[in-house]
Amino acid sequence: MSDVYILGVDMIKFGRFPEQTVPQLGAKAALLALDDAGLRIQDMEALYCGNLYQASGMVGQRILQEIGQTGIPVVNVANACATGATAFREAWMAIKAGAYDLVLAVGVEQMGKGLLGGGGAGKKGIPTEGLLGSGTMPTVFAEAGMEHARKYGTTFEQFAKVSVKNHHHSTLNPKAMYQIETPLETVMNAEMISYPNTKLMCSVNVDGSAAAVLCSEKKARELGMKRAVRVKASVMTSDPYTERDLVMPDVNTCTRRAAAKAYEMAGISPQDLDLVELHDCFATAEILHYENLGLCAEGEAGRAIDEGWTALGGRSPVNLSGGLLSKGHPLGATGIANLYEVATHLRGEAGKRQAPDARFGLTHVIGLGSACAIHVLERV
Amino acid sequence: MAEQAKASGPLPVVPFLRIPAEGAPYLEARCCGKCGAIFLGERENCSKCGARGELEPKRLANEGTLYVYSIVHRSFPGIETPYVSCIVDLEGGGTVKGNLIGIEPDPAKIRMGMPVRTVFKVAPRKDAEGNEYLTYYFEPR
Ligand SMILES: [Zn+2]
Repeated sequence: MSDVYILGVDMIKFGRFPEQTVPQLGAKAALLALDDAGLRIQDMEALYCGNLYQASGMVGQRILQEIGQTGIPVVNVANACATGATAFREAWMAIKAGAYDLVLAVGVEQMGKGLLGGGGAGKKGIPTEGLLGSGTMPTVFAEAGMEHARKYGTTFEQFAKVSVKNHHHSTLNPKAMYQIETPLETVMNAEMISYPNTKLMCSVNVDGSAAAVLCSEKKARELGMKRAVRVKASVMTSDPYTERDLVMPDVNTCTRRAAAKAYEMAGISPQDLDLVELHDCFATAEILHYENLGLCAEGEAGRAIDEGWTALGGRSPVNLSGGLLSKGHPLGATGIANLYEVATHLRGEAGKRQAPDARFGLTHVIGLGSACAIHVLERV
Repeated sequence: MAEQAKASGPLPVVPFLRIPAEGAPYLEARCCGKCGAIFLGERENCSKCGARGELEPKRLANEGTLYVYSIVHRSFPGIETPYVSCIVDLEGGGTVKGNLIGIEPDPAKIRMGMPVRTVFKVAPRKDAEGNEYLTYYFEPR
């Protein structure tokens, strides 16, 4: 079966844009991606649009109302933090199935500030947040991190180092929300949200959008492969039954299953990857995914962060964009923004944060509840 | 209805907290007759093995061990912090999330794997109609 290619991909600089509508934000990324591909909206045969908070609002159609109502089929998808990656994957699958040659995928989100998750009472009764533990995202991922600490003795300091690294990376990424160095003391002494996650160890709620133009191999040959990037693997899993999953969401097993399948599909091993953009929604999460994605051996994730294996210049660079921790995490846009970052390195266009001579890169997202999506991209 | 409930004592904070007419309250799970998987709350089918209609009520133990925890410092308005959110594995099966009390919210004091027990108390919150609720906590034993 022939491969699918990314012909154009881009994102807006993440930030806070309360004066813009969600379709306006999405339209910006769509036009950037079309320009990157050297194509027009009239060339697109379908649109897959990812957005979470306005999932019932026909965001994809409203994007076309901003940039060109060509009458193509539009599918709006919502899949928690895997929303953008899901839109991309659906576009990939439509091309893989032979239905289209050129498809646009857009991910867009406008976020409020503050805590996600937890929340109020059900239909009856009293709110259980703070009474039966906490369901806020910082707590859920703190508890997931503590499972690693329990097994391997991972320390608060090691978790904090993830934020130091990713904030450093984003100083080299003009499209990230922040370009500020955050030394270890600053991260560890920031307001404690849910131990061991301080405020600087939580992803930044920002507005953002990202988009990609996907195409068939036939079309890529016709249009020119020069800046095309090959999609070597696209995998999605949901959370399989595990003992504690319904009480303590298990983000490990679905990631491990997706990773195994993605490496098989791409015909590579984790050691072949030149960079990884993984779901660092909290600093604790990044540590877990080093092992889940096979970037280091079981129990070695603490050492990996201590010894800089996953920093720029290390043997397995992770989140060179600054990650969700510093680039920002507009839920529906995140999955495609990750693909933009990896594609940019494979094209050799990542400037000061460039992973040297990058050939293979992997993107990973987790939508709690749970959806895991992994893509492997290859330089052409 | 509300008056009736108030008159007959506190309501359960979650459906899986059982308050029998006689005897102490307890947590109740559903256990799959085919594969033994344990679930909190009512359900028809097993999500581990797919068995249908084979789930039987199971009274959970009050003793368990602390699996993991987090110390919550930032929450929503009206929720007192810091407090310890925790996951507990109960003896004989069943994993439950709750607040850990009776210990300082300090990572130096809390040990994962430590023995804990379930305790039942009236919750410090009431609903809009003024009903009281019985809730559960975990404490070191
Ligand atoms: Zn079963």
